[in-house]
Amino acid sequence: MYDLVWLLPALPFAGFLVLTLGGPRISRGACAWIACSTVGISTAIMLAFAVGFLIHPPAEHAHTLTLWRWIPLEAVGIPFSLRLDTLSQAMASVITGVGFLIHLYSTEYMKMDPDYNRFFAYLNLFVGFMLLLVLADNFVLLLVGWEGVGLCSYLLIGFWYRDPANGRAARKAFVVTRIGDAALLIGIFLIFAELGTLHIPEVLALAPERWELGSGVALAAALLILGGAVGKSAQLPLQTWLPDAMAGPTPVSALIHAATMVTAGVYLIARTHGLFELAPPAMQTVAVIGSVTLFTAACAALVQRDIKRVLAYSTISQIGYMFLALGVGAWAGALFHFMTHAWFKALLFLAAGAVINALHHEQDLFRMGGLRKKLPLVFWTFLIGAACLAALPLVTSGFYSKEKLLWDVWISPYGGPWFWAVAMAGAFVTALYSARLVALVFFGPARTQVSARPGGRVGFVLVILAIWSLIGGGIELPHTFAHVTVFSDFVAMTIPTLVELPPGLDAQLWTLLAVASVIVVAGATLGAWLYGAGAPAREALAARTGAVHRFLMNGWEFDRLYDTILVRPYVRLAEWNRADGVDKAVFLITGLTRAAHVAIQRTQHGQLRRYAAGVATGAVIILLIMLFQ
Amino acid sequence: MIAEIPMEHGLLIAAVLFCLGLLGLLVRRNLIIMLISVEIMLNAAGLAFIVAGAHWGQPDGQVMFIFILTMAAAEVAVGLAVILQFYWKHHSLDADLASTMKG
Repeated sequence: MYDLVWLLPALPFAGFLVLTLGGPRISRGACAWIACSTVGISTAIMLAFAVGFLIHPPAEHAHTLTLWRWIPLEAVGIPFSLRLDTLSQAMASVITGVGFLIHLYSTEYMKMDPDYNRFFAYLNLFVGFMLLLVLADNFVLLLVGWEGVGLCSYLLIGFWYRDPANGRAARKAFVVTRIGDAALLIGIFLIFAELGTLHIPEVLALAPERWELGSGVALAAALLILGGAVGKSAQLPLQTWLPDAMAGPTPVSALIHAATMVTAGVYLIARTHGLFELAPPAMQTVAVIGSVTLFTAACAALVQRDIKRVLAYSTISQIGYMFLALGVGAWAGALFHFMTHAWFKALLFLAAGAVINALHHEQDLFRMGGLRKKLPLVFWTFLIGAACLAALPLVTSGFYSKEKLLWDVWISPYGGPWFWAVAMAGAFVTALYSARLVALVFFGPARTQVSARPGGRVGFVLVILAIWSLIGGGIELPHTFAHVTVFSDFVAMTIPTLVELPPGLDAQLWTLLAVASVIVVAGATLGAWLYGAGAPAREALAARTGAVHRFLMNGWEFDRLYDTILVRPYVRLAEWNRADGVDKAVFLITGLTRAAHVAIQRTQHGQLRRYAAGVATGAVIILLIMLFQ
Repeated sequence: MIAEIPMEHGLLIAAVLFCLGLLGLLVRRNLIIMLISVEIMLNAAGLAFIVAGAHWGQPDGQVMFIFILTMAAAEVAVGLAVILQFYWKHHSLDADLASTMKG
């Protein structure tokens, strides 16, 4: 059965080919059917695999399917092979599941768009590349998927390419992630040069034998891979592209820039966990990057006016949590949070899309309001999503995943109370801006008229995602509640856990849970008070914190920083070097040729008799040379 | 028996003929005259062959002359055709008129 794994990426690719080659000949209905059914069938296959793994896992908890020899080299051939293990399953089930729901949502959301077919072709291509990325069992194939999703991200951010701003945002996303990709590529070269293989399980097996714990090579390899992960997952210092990426259509933001592609960095680190375990400083770096990012991005999310930018910063912040968990070795915690985050963040984006559509493409939070009565379904689903984001205790999946993550951070040998404290501060701000979002969009006076109501498909997708966001946390509970560890057992089949639970810490866990709950509820209440009924309080706050407000609004001024230290010096250098030395040498050749051309051109005058004279003179000269030689 | 003409004399005549032909080619503008000058130059070359052949007692010189004669006949045929075309186009035989293909 597991040999069918090739169908997972092949079906969306096939859908892409049909939609691209068919072009405008395919009607909208047929296009929607093709796009949704390919991803839908992939989802069904994926579910069957997941159930199969849970009931009867194959030998070594992994199944590898080699399709063909892809790059036949003397020393090391690179096969085109897919590896299905529990890690790739956790990723692939989210990609196909959320992907399918977002396809379904888009069939209605994009129905007015003239480029309907192109949109679904790109979306299918993205799902195919993303599945290739998580199923690849060697670094080369992984890189193909990695760059492929980057390409799709570029194409979809700039989907409405007639507006130059969207093209700029797309280029920015492409260039900034490319910096990380270059690091990843160098890291892959390094691994190949040192270990002589690119097969990921072999690399993980060989690395501890060849490299000592804490050796420089292991550190370099781990940091280079981290560079790639930071770029793709929009972590500090390469996070600046994600807020601008919101220029794309909202379903794209939900699928690529919230649920799947931006978490590819988390997947990459989890996949190469063996290299990071060999380099404790790299682990520390991951944890520090994660904790700094989660706090800075949460603060930036607090003041944004554009509803999608709030969600974008919140995505950066939540991925920061995942990085923090990865940095302390809590692989299962990071992946669990990835999973719940994919559900509730997709829900938030899609609900926000419904709101934006209902308000004539209005994205400014301060022009929304009072939608609770007019869009009840969107209100309730958005509320559920925001509650999950804020990790409201007991009822939301976000609570269970975030608490597991925080608990792992607390007890891990790599973590500790300081990381926990930063994460808690971030959680407070998260609760604050979640409450702000809900209060500004759905409460208070109505500031824009509702012009359209979401239809059946949008409502259906929102409800499914909301239900999942509520009950999805049940697959993994804190051990003081009940002994449910389905998810961490599932992940541990592939990645052995680093965080061992010492016995007898129940009281500590209860305390942490209580503290976290109180902080979250306090944050949410404060947010609701500031932005809900207490509009004057908000004005006073904004007035008193004008400069700070601006600073956070611009995302800690990272764009200006990079503009000053990188972009502008580079542009100036390029302008200064416009007539550079290399060019001068090249132009010298063309100049000489041109001068010679002009000189010789004079001799071509069209006078027959002078040609004859030339021939005669030449003959005389040759004769004279022969005579006197 | 006619006294043998020294080879130098024959070659001198050939050289003088050749230079006269070349001079005619360079200084005259009438295409017919230029064609005649070319014929003179060809005959100068032929004369040189004959002289050399007579000097060495070989038939090769005369063979070469027949070749040159043949080629000159063909050349005149083509040359006259070109001149005729030229005249129809320009209503003149001035060779300097044919200078439109200057670079």
